[in-house]
Amino acid sequence: MEIAIEQNNSRNKIHPQKFALLVGCGSLLMMFSAFTSAYIVRQSGGNWLEFPLPQVFTYSTLTIILSSITLHGSYLSFKKGNEALYKGLLLATFFLGILFFVFQFQGWQALADMGVPFTLHPAGDFVYMISWVHAAHVLGGIAILAVAMIHAFGLKFKVTKKRTLRFNLSLTYWHFVDLLWVYLFLFLTLYR
Amino acid sequence: MANVTTIANDQDEKLIQELGFDDHFHEHEHADKYKSNFIMKYIFSMDHKIIARQFLITGMFWALIGASMSIIFRLQLGFPEENMSWIKPLLGKWIEINPDTGIGTLAPEFYYALVTMHGTIIVFFVLTAGLSGTFSNLLIPLQLGARDMASPFLNMLSYWFFFLSSVIMFYSLFLSTGPFAGGWVAYPPLSALPQASDGSGTGMTLWLLSLVFFVVSVALGGVNYVTTVLNLRTKGMNMWRMPLTVWAFFITAIIALLSFPVLVSGFLLLMADRSLETSFYLSEIFIGGQALDHVGGSPILFQHLFWFLGHPEVYIIILPAMGLTSEVLSVHCRKPIFGYKAMVYSMLAIGFLSFLVWAHHMFMSGLNPFISNFFVVFTLIIAVPSAIKVFNWISTMYKANIRFNAPSMFAIGFVSMFISGGLTGIFLGNSAIDIQMHDTYFVVAHFHIVMGVAAFFGMFAGIYHWFPKMFGRFMNDTIGKIHFWGTMIGAYCIFWPMHYLGMAGVPRRYYRFDNFDTFSQFADMNMFITIAAIITFGFQLLFVINFFHSIWKGKKVTSKNPWGANTIEWTTPIKAGHGNWPGKLPTVQRWAYDYGKDGREFISQVEPLKEGESDQGH
Repeated sequence: MEIAIEQNNSRNKIHPQKFALLVGCGSLLMMFSAFTSAYIVRQSGGNWLEFPLPQVFTYSTLTIILSSITLHGSYLSFKKGNEALYKGLLLATFFLGILFFVFQFQGWQALADMGVPFTLHPAGDFVYMISWVHAAHVLGGIAILAVAMIHAFGLKFKVTKKRTLRFNLSLTYWHFVDLLWVYLFLFLTLYR
Repeated sequence: MANVTTIANDQDEKLIQELGFDDHFHEHEHADKYKSNFIMKYIFSMDHKIIARQFLITGMFWALIGASMSIIFRLQLGFPEENMSWIKPLLGKWIEINPDTGIGTLAPEFYYALVTMHGTIIVFFVLTAGLSGTFSNLLIPLQLGARDMASPFLNMLSYWFFFLSSVIMFYSLFLSTGPFAGGWVAYPPLSALPQASDGSGTGMTLWLLSLVFFVVSVALGGVNYVTTVLNLRTKGMNMWRMPLTVWAFFITAIIALLSFPVLVSGFLLLMADRSLETSFYLSEIFIGGQALDHVGGSPILFQHLFWFLGHPEVYIIILPAMGLTSEVLSVHCRKPIFGYKAMVYSMLAIGFLSFLVWAHHMFMSGLNPFISNFFVVFTLIIAVPSAIKVFNWISTMYKANIRFNAPSMFAIGFVSMFISGGLTGIFLGNSAIDIQMHDTYFVVAHFHIVMGVAAFFGMFAGIYHWFPKMFGRFMNDTIGKIHFWGTMIGAYCIFWPMHYLGMAGVPRRYYRFDNFDTFSQFADMNMFITIAAIITFGFQLLFVINFFHSIWKGKKVTSKNPWGANTIEWTTPIKAGHGNWPGKLPTVQRWAYDYGKDGREFISQVEPLKEGESDQGH
């Protein structure tokens, strides 16, 4: 389906679809800053539960940062026409994305094991809710990566304007959920 | 029609041919796809003009439902002793018939459901989706010289998410436990505990689900509006040449994109409290003598999250109405809008300040009085840009040769309503006066006039003015004027007396007052308000009849630019097809408000500047 009409009168360098994606990301960012603001407000209200964030969340953070780097590499190789590197790095990103998910899952289990199960106290519930809602957005990102893989392995390799744009949009979204998690991780680590 | 300028103006077309911009749009085959069949053309349409009409007609449907609800609860307030058994066929078990006397009364829990649904429907479905959805979709591409929105597909999804949200909300009206009944603001614990009241169970679940889909719709629409305004303006259309309508929709979309996601966060935590046993908003609660497990939450937290959306929401409602009013006033006054840039800066200031005032809805929630002071100051500062806008509208009308027709009269009515409702906002914005006024009919009167009736007036002005562009016919102007006077006088008769009720301390959201000694003296005033509400509702039916009759039987538009307006939507064919302009896109040469300049009545935006002529938009 034709998603956007070709409008040649667009004078800005940035493609309208990319711009729309960035605006949407800004909107999502507001949603998460609402969560973190609510966290601060609730924390300042007293009666707070203090516990350290499980170690495994550090691993998941490193994983998702690494996945952003590999996807960026894949995008650059695609534009240069290096088919093998493009496919290899895309595959690596896909698995790193899944690994991030596994680490998050272990993080939730570690939280419960250290005596902060879900519904015990809002202090713990905020960590669960924030990371769940973020994970839902990563899941969307993994679906997008799956589509990118179908394109990479199903279609004949060819660098076209349309495919570059599509890849660029996927890359932007993946960077967004990555940076978002880095922000949330730092926030949850610092605001104990 | 005496008010209509009919100038055989093929000059615009020549100018577009000569100076226009060829984007080779019509050489692409995809243009035909939009016309291929009935379903793609009228139902899952991706054409912004059809989507605008879909939003408008869905909004009108909801307006009728929302207004009928208010008539039913006004009957209860005005005539609490009256036999209501005649509405039993419609409301069923919600009319309880006393077996001894045979007198039917409205069930108190349904009264609350009606009040809640009236608020939800009018605020979200009518004045957000119906107003902003309709006119942003119609006017942004047409007034900017774009072929369509940046993403017609997302635009189509935006309407259908709104439709889905509407279906869910409509369905909830028919639940045996009734729709949600805890007020449109959905404060916990009434919204968080399914056992709190009848409507707090399934009714609230559907309410939340519906509003989450609604936010998705708003977000998809907003992303499109912002992207289109920033990326798809035609050549020559710089930001300072945009009509005030587009500025208003643009700022509205930004506000919506920044505030609605916060509401979703609040809702997600609320859903967790409802279904997953968390305690974000609940603390030490007893129901029926039983202590609940929820400990450690704060219901005030929800109020913060809700009003962080809730206050910007009132500007999401009023800014488009302001934009429509500015444009309609300028066109029918045949004068440039006074203080164009001041208008834009005022809207930006209002948009910015709207994020700093949310806690003025919470003065009486136990907020620290020192923090209240901060919010008082910012609230009162909003009066400044608002007053600038009012001054500019009045100056635009000053010494103007105004064409008095339905659109211009509703635009003037908007200014009147905005002034009377805005002034009472200054009372309420003071936290000290709010101690007496909060939760009284004074608040009801204030917000109904300033963002309810005023926004409807802006919407009516827009509908009467752009009806020729939407349907190629005029609405009947005489009926339009009758509609205006009925609504104008009627609305003041409804809401003016409420100020007195409020100052006397009559609380809002009460089911009946006749058994309170203090308030029963106002029975006659309540009766008067109810009668005024019924009559005013009748005038709205007149509008609906005029609207649908005119779609098929209205007077046909014969020239492309029937109002003699400058903006470029009037250079498209009377019935514009997909892509809006049949050939080249127009190039914009000047700002949108050259009326009464150089001895000419109006100068279209496509006409080049003369030698030495300066463009006021710069």
